[in-house]
Amino acid sequence: MASTTATEREGTSRGGGTLYRGDLGMWSWVAHRITGVLTFFFLFAHVIDTALVRVSPQTYDSVIEVYKNPVVNLMEIGLVGAVLFHALNGIRIMLVDFWEKGPRFQRAMLWTTLAIWVVVMVPGAYFMIERTLSDLFGGK
Amino acid sequence: MSNALGLAKPRAPRRPAARRSNFELYSWLFMRISGMALVVLVLGHLFIMNILDGGVHRINFGFVAGRWASPFWQMWDLSMLWLAQIHGGNGLRTVINDYARKDATRFWLKILLYVSMVLIISLGTFVIFTFDPNITD
Repeated sequence: MASTTATEREGTSRGGGTLYRGDLGMWSWVAHRITGVLTFFFLFAHVIDTALVRVSPQTYDSVIEVYKNPVVNLMEIGLVGAVLFHALNGIRIMLVDFWEKGPRFQRAMLWTTLAIWVVVMVPGAYFMIERTLSDLFGGK
Repeated sequence: MSNALGLAKPRAPRRPAARRSNFELYSWLFMRISGMALVVLVLGHLFIMNILDGGVHRINFGFVAGRWASPFWQMWDLSMLWLAQIHGGNGLRTVINDYARKDATRFWLKILLYVSMVLIISLGTFVIFTFDPNITD
């Protein structure tokens, strides 16, 4: 219910059926899709940039420098946040599907997911941005 | 669609065996199994590459060479590549099925998707197996 697509789609995709209106579960489903698609597109670029190790060390190093740019660094934090949400919510989906009490606790598990996300992302983002901030404002 | 098969006589003592394939069931199951593996593989990868020990700033050719000298990290990256591509590709297939309105659009988007999956899996696998730390020599 929380994760499948076929039933949710009935009466929605063609013609003027009502939209699928869940509440919180719907938004976790929407977020799961968006973060998933985003990650897949990033993966496409990431495998190609890593493949440059077959060209030359200089080519690889110069492209990897892009990842160290402050703006790209912020986007990386966004990517890590997206992947982390997708992973945590994926665990929640599995619990809803396979754990007998999962459906009853799906809402509580969503809040738990978000809480864990914040607890991991705050120090995670700090360690990811630390070097960029000290390079930019450190004043050497 | 093919639901008609089973719905025609729901209370008949013996329904005709469904002729649908179980592909969607296996795909559903695969998403969960690969998802469990990817939680470890990808979050581990992100932690090592972005957070541990200076994060992205220490990554360069030498760093990659050091990692891929170990069969453990080669296998880690190889499984992550295959699982993430198939998991993500299957997810995108679902998204395309949901939102593409015309059959032709759906068909071509999926062709594009499958081509990109084959390309990325092949390229990544090739690079992991043929990586040469002394490429400039």
